[in-house]
Amino acid sequence: MATTTALDRRLTKPKQSAGLWSDAFGRLRKNRLALFGLVLVILFLIAGAFGPILAPWDYKVQDLQAIFANGNRPIKPLSPGHLLGTDSLGRDLLSRLLDGARISVTVAFVVQIVILSIGVPIGALAGWFGGRLDNILMRFTDVIYAFPDLLFIILLSVAFRETAFGQALDGLFLVFVAIGLTSWVTVARLVRGQLLALKETEFVEAARAIGVSDARIVVRHLLPNGLSPIIVAITLGIPSAILAESTLAFIGVGVQPPRASWGSLIADGQKYVRGDPHLVLFPAIFIALALIGFTFLGDGLRDALDPKLKGKQ
Amino acid sequence: MITYLARRILWIIPVLFTVSIITFTLMHAVPGGPWDSEKRLPQGVQNRLNAQYGLDQPIYVQYITWAGGFVQGNLGPSYRFKDRTVNDIVSDGIWTTVQLGVMAFLLAVFVGIPLGIIASLGHNRWPDYLSTSVSIVGISTPSFVLAILLIVFFGVQLRWFPTSGWKGPPNWVLPTIALAGFPIAQIARYTRASMLEVTRKDYIRTAQSKGLRDRAVVIRHMVRNALIPVVTILGPILAFLVTGSFIIETIFAIPGVGRYYITAIGTRDYSLLMAMTMLYAFAVAFMNVVVDVLYAYIDPRIRYS
Repeated sequence: MATTTALDRRLTKPKQSAGLWSDAFGRLRKNRLALFGLVLVILFLIAGAFGPILAPWDYKVQDLQAIFANGNRPIKPLSPGHLLGTDSLGRDLLSRLLDGARISVTVAFVVQIVILSIGVPIGALAGWFGGRLDNILMRFTDVIYAFPDLLFIILLSVAFRETAFGQALDGLFLVFVAIGLTSWVTVARLVRGQLLALKETEFVEAARAIGVSDARIVVRHLLPNGLSPIIVAITLGIPSAILAESTLAFIGVGVQPPRASWGSLIADGQKYVRGDPHLVLFPAIFIALALIGFTFLGDGLRDALDPKLKGKQ
Repeated sequence: MITYLARRILWIIPVLFTVSIITFTLMHAVPGGPWDSEKRLPQGVQNRLNAQYGLDQPIYVQYITWAGGFVQGNLGPSYRFKDRTVNDIVSDGIWTTVQLGVMAFLLAVFVGIPLGIIASLGHNRWPDYLSTSVSIVGISTPSFVLAILLIVFFGVQLRWFPTSGWKGPPNWVLPTIALAGFPIAQIARYTRASMLEVTRKDYIRTAQSKGLRDRAVVIRHMVRNALIPVVTILGPILAFLVTGSFIIETIFAIPGVGRYYITAIGTRDYSLLMAMTMLYAFAVAFMNVVVDVLYAYIDPRIRYS
């Protein structure tokens, strides 16, 4: 078998890695919106990774002196020591927003891992084996697709809130799992569609003819070749995950206090919106920039990776 | 086509069955029960209430009882609102929720599509930039944020519209815009991309070279063809409107059915929660069928068998 797999690697690998990725990168570089998205995404990642170091205060510490001097009202932005002001308890808003960035970054990526680890195997099994297995898996996918996802996530979050599993990572673990369990459908369908299309190609036939195992064909040939739509789906899935998390936090079933998700910051700030709109506006701006960044980058990647669609932007 | 339609509609039944099983199991896995209120009832009273409502039965018996009632259109008693059945609660609020959803849907379609068309016709000029800016605001502002911003600006500062209740048309404005914001942006983006794609097609060049007026080319050839892919996103958008409505209803205190969902989970109002989930699952599943059928209708190249 050693010779056949070596041969098969030599025949197929250079072809797929030579042009596609560098071409795609070249196209991405010319797309100004996508680059803008990329910049926002990088800023978002930096805020999430180094938030606690960058933050002027600890996100849960109350600046009691300042808040007392201010008559127990939220401190306005551009005050000394508090660039974006504080909430009604005297907690620094910028520091809390940075903690929120950390939550959103974690949600964005961990949810995608959950989605990939459910969606790719199910889509691959359905697409590769076809027939009855395909039928069963796709019907199951249909059921999950019809499930009102936000309702399911809320139910799951409330159901397991009191358990050890629900308390893990300040309640975030449960949020990841709940969002992931309802969002893998798109990826499963994409993977299945890609496999169905690629299964009939000549290079797969060739690999089969020289006796490469099914699993190896799927992992080495089909998935890499069908990768670009999956990358796009993942990038565009990130804003939905961030949105779902902040919505959950807004209605109070997501992350637990004193952690500060952008959604819960908005929920808290809602009460002070007449006198201190900054408590709602800044978290809203942070959410908006994160969503814009990933959406533009995802759109740009789609155009870059699929030359047929070139010029859509 | 008829067979296809029948099969798709029949498919809703197993979907609803699975949804009901999952929800029922999860719901009963939630600790606590409908009788945990601020003042705890004595154990004896709780036992009697459990017996009266059948909550002392094994869970599969409870499920069968519930499913039997559901099939006959009986959604059971509400544990929270003791003098009302779930049927009453649903029939009181459902039309408000449907009205909100339909208005937001129409707003999204009648603003989103023209916005996308205008953007594509003025490609890379100011109409495009204007339309793209609206889309960016739409996709980047979650509906709950948009709702709060609308309340602050048009309700509190300018006092143009009331910010809660559902008494008359002035009450409808802000919730409808808040719910439609994201769908408007999505539809506009898809329409624009699809129009730009169609512009380069041979049949457009043919239409132009045979001397057809611009207006006729745009309306009869471009828009008609460009809207076909846009229909595919109507399914996810309808699902968004359905599930999005309960947050909007909560924020604007609209007496629809959506706002009961969160309270029903909190108070362990089992039958109300089941009814809400089934209603929403049915709405999503049914609208997916409608969108698929619509797709076949407007694109004669697609034939379902």
